[in-house]
Amino acid sequence: MIGFFKSRLFWISLTIVIVASTLPWYVSGYILGLLTVAYYFGVFAMAWDLLFGFAGEVNFGPTFLIGVGAYTAGIINNQFGISVSMCIVIGALASVVAGFVLALPALRVRGPYFGLTTLVAVLILQNFIVVFADLTGGEIGLTIPDVLSIDAGVNYWIALGFMTISAAILYGLSQSPVGLVLQASGQDPVQAGALGFNIVKHKLAAFIVSAFFSGLSGALLVFYFGTASVGTVVDIAVGVQVIVAAVLGGRRTVLGAALGAIFLIVAGEFLRPTGELATFIVSAVALVVILFFPGGFLGSVLSREARQ
Amino acid sequence: MNSTATTTPVLEVRGLTKRFGGLTAVKNLSFDVHGGEIFGLIGPNGSGKSTAMKAIMGIERPTAGTVRFEGHDVAGQPAHKIARQGFGMVFQHSRPLNRQTVLENIMVALLPDSLFMLFPDKALTERAKWIADRVGLGSVMHRRPPTLPFADLRRLELAKAIARDPKVVLVDEPFAGLTLAEVATFSELIRSFRDEGRAVMLVDHNVKSVAALVDRVLAMYLGEEIVTGRADEVMRNETVRRVYLGGAIETSARPESNFADKVPLLQVENISVHYGKAQALENVSIHVHQGEFVSVVGLNGAGKTTLFNTISGFLPYSGEIIRGGEKLRGISPAHIAKSGIVQCPETRELFGEMTVRENLDLGGQHLEPAEQAKQLEWLFELFPILKQRQGQMAQTLSGGEQQMLAIGRSLMMKPKILILDEPTLGLAPVILEQLSKALEKLRQTTPITVLLGEQNVTFALPHADRVYVLEHARIVWEGDPGRFAAEAGEGYL
Ligand SMILES: Nc1ncnc2c1ncn2[C@@H]1O[C@H](COP(=O)(O)OP(=O)(O)OP(=O)(O)O)[C@@H](O)[C@H]1O
Ligand SMILES: [Mg+2]
Repeated sequence: MIGFFKSRLFWISLTIVIVASTLPWYVSGYILGLLTVAYYFGVFAMAWDLLFGFAGEVNFGPTFLIGVGAYTAGIINNQFGISVSMCIVIGALASVVAGFVLALPALRVRGPYFGLTTLVAVLILQNFIVVFADLTGGEIGLTIPDVLSIDAGVNYWIALGFMTISAAILYGLSQSPVGLVLQASGQDPVQAGALGFNIVKHKLAAFIVSAFFSGLSGALLVFYFGTASVGTVVDIAVGVQVIVAAVLGGRRTVLGAALGAIFLIVAGEFLRPTGELATFIVSAVALVVILFFPGGFLGSVLSREARQ
Repeated sequence: MNSTATTTPVLEVRGLTKRFGGLTAVKNLSFDVHGGEIFGLIGPNGSGKSTAMKAIMGIERPTAGTVRFEGHDVAGQPAHKIARQGFGMVFQHSRPLNRQTVLENIMVALLPDSLFMLFPDKALTERAKWIADRVGLGSVMHRRPPTLPFADLRRLELAKAIARDPKVVLVDEPFAGLTLAEVATFSELIRSFRDEGRAVMLVDHNVKSVAALVDRVLAMYLGEEIVTGRADEVMRNETVRRVYLGGAIETSARPESNFADKVPLLQVENISVHYGKAQALENVSIHVHQGEFVSVVGLNGAGKTTLFNTISGFLPYSGEIIRGGEKLRGISPAHIAKSGIVQCPETRELFGEMTVRENLDLGGQHLEPAEQAKQLEWLFELFPILKQRQGQMAQTLSGGEQQMLAIGRSLMMKPKILILDEPTLGLAPVILEQLSKALEKLRQTTPITVLLGEQNVTFALPHADRVYVLEHARIVWEGDPGRFAAEAGEGYL
């Protein structure tokens, strides 16, 4: 932990954050908007990596947690006109509750079933949104009266600040004793149990932390967009993008996941002029990285450092 | 024996039973273990030793019976609760945290089961260092597990198991895969656990070392107790001899001149292999004649597995590998295997979620149905337990049963050149005898050629026509098994 503040990784991250925070003074609103979304995605990916990389549980439905947070925040703002910050907090808490309800039974089954359960949860949420269209805006999407800010720069700073704080907390957690126990439970659950660790408890805690950050980020995102729709925060494709981002950035690195997310969003946008090809190119790059550098961006760098 | 062994037992097991579906893996087992005592469990593969330990530890929930620890029953509690009361277990297979150092791995074992421990405690680090020194990891505690030799990884497991100062230590096959010298050090360590007053339960197939170490031993068969007592008495027991120890392995080498008229079937010429900067093989040359049985003897890390993986086409190398006059370079591993060079890897590589039968059928899939059926029948005669367990998932087999399945699967491929990498790992003496007879029969009745990698020379020598000794990436000796003891036996016998 103390070592981290002296490490290269810390100084590099700090430099990147400082440089990134100066962007609003000289880049266009268009790029700021892009990065704002990318930063929220970065948090989705980091929260996901805590579960997969450390607890060893593949959550195929990150958008279940994201969606619950986003829609809860949006709906109560829409229905009751509660203040934005309250809505965001309630959204995050709703996500935690939903995550708990989902994980408690799911973590007891071993093997691929956990992943399947999370996938089904997304489908249920998606159906719920369509069926209760009066409340949720259905397929058209939910209009949200309030926004975080109308200033692109402010929105950008909020997103950057939020991502930085989330990264610090999630990374710190992953490197703390609790993170070690989590890793041990992911790696070899039987042995972790025999060493005296209640694995279900630790994984459940990881799931809750992951749910909290996913929900919080989802809620912030809809208040940035001013609208919530299935296509942006719930669809399976969005979840796949989160997963690809985390794997691309480097499993078990937390910070890498944020890099992966920023890369995916920014690259996707820059390739937009190529039309349909854009998705193809980004996916191809992702595939190449995953196949040839299974450690991802950051994983490869870190393991090289570890070997020295 | 220790004087404390006469006081009340730390562990009292009564009527312990564990059923998996229709199979009773442990049946009505009762015994006591005292503090300051080493209690051994022996028995053939699949007799329920590991299951008994897991049931005591709470990893498997006992179907019936009680496990009293210091007077109260812990049977049925989950493993993490039992562990916290004073139990530690050393597992057959280890999976340490590879990104953390040895010291950090030991520290994990010392952590409380709390969600709020966010900063490591200085005292924990000190204790972890002390434990690292205690098990002989002092000089490598800042290294990461992937860079450690096998024996040190086993030490790490011992370290974790005793980290929280347990009163009961369960050790499953600590000697498997260790060299003679390492077995001696590990015996010493385990003895020291006893001398600190712990109750130690020990399972291993290294009969000599177990007998030398234990105060009492329980022999089991098909989940049930045969006899309990002092090691020498138990080893003399008629049933134990029949179902576990078996007879002696017989020797029968044929001189190389028998084969000398032919060009060798397999020629490995001057191959070198590197893993990054480390050299794993250095100018290694060996040859094997058609029908010959050749053993490559070497300690852990000498390069046996690397040599076999290179022959199987998995690793890039310099030099040449020639089979029947044809260079193997550039041929894919799948083609090499299909052409009859079949490796039974040390790591077994079974399909864990498929049944025993499915694993075997995969091995024999290129055979004609009639031929496959015949081969299967022959195999079931060799390993009867596999016949009984056809429908069981491979990953739930006992350690030794998995080893038999791995060997069985490679035999199903009807190999022309069979490469066996440490086939004896985890096998009971009686099975070794069976395997030995099977190899002998193969040798007499088929044109099969065998390349055997072993650390266990008592198995490697009897089956070899010729022996190579591999040490630190180089071949240092070649000759017939009869001369081995005198010329190269040091460190192995
Ligand atoms: N989960 C399971 N499901 C079904 N059968 C099982 C399961 N676990 C173990 N068995 C069976 O129970 C029997 C006892 O297994 P156990 O692992 O205790 O044997 P063992 O005495 O340790 O053998 P070895 O010396 O080969 O390690 C074996 O026949 C094994 O196939
Ligand atoms: Mg066993």
